[in-house]
Amino acid sequence: MLDALTVAVSVAALALAAWCGFAFFRDQPTKDWHFIGMAVVTLLALVQVVVGIVQLSRGEKAEEGTTIFVAYLLGALCAVPAAGFMSLAERSRWGSATVAAGAIVLAVLEVRLHDIWTVG
Amino acid sequence: MTATEGTTRLVEGPGMLLVWLYGVMSVGAVSRSIYQIATEFDRAPLAYALSAVAAVVYAFITYTLVRGGETARRAALVCCAAELVGVLTVGTWTLVDPSAFPDATVWSDYGYGYIFIPVLLPVTGIWWLRRSRASVKVGSGK
Repeated sequence: MLDALTVAVSVAALALAAWCGFAFFRDQPTKDWHFIGMAVVTLLALVQVVVGIVQLSRGEKAEEGTTIFVAYLLGALCAVPAAGFMSLAERSRWGSATVAAGAIVLAVLEVRLHDIWTVG
Repeated sequence: MTATEGTTRLVEGPGMLLVWLYGVMSVGAVSRSIYQIATEFDRAPLAYALSAVAAVVYAFITYTLVRGGETARRAALVCCAAELVGVLTVGTWTLVDPSAFPDATVWSDYGYGYIFIPVLLPVTGIWWLRRSRASVKVGSGK
């Protein structure tokens, strides 16, 4: 369940990064559709937080420790919304670049989350 | 956002992206340092102390960028230079003498663990901060 979610969030985040990167390339600020995209990615990240915490409460253990796991879950949840708010303040192509960077950060966090959760 | 009229706004255009990246590095480095120093400092004191220094530098640069103004711009410029020196020194140090570092720092191998952002960020930062001054000199006054 968690693995599937990690993959889903990563793919969604990379798609969002490509989309906003394209907006940057075309010299456009983020628009309503981009914000809907950010909302979808954030929703997935939120589901991931809930599932992760449920798994922990069931007694499963994250390989690198509970604290680090939860910290990364919360970081993953905040990355895209934070970038989204910054793009509201910067109504130019650079706002789009910020969201694209935020989505890439999220994808990297997902890879780390996978490492933290999985034995090996 | 906090900048008043007549001061150098550093958070606009590319500055917004820069502030975001510095913000991310701050959060990452600060939380990492707090965790490592609180739980396992004895394992690699040098590495964790250096990570803490990196964390402070990142947090300070983020703050000065958001604050804006000429003094903040100069302070940020000095810190970016210090950061670049730090990344290069620590990066070289970790390659030359790996035994001194049982665990990685934020700046190990020139920031390899952070997709080289630590070495690219100060260069971009210095470019942006110098450019911000140039635009003020021209007197566009925006």
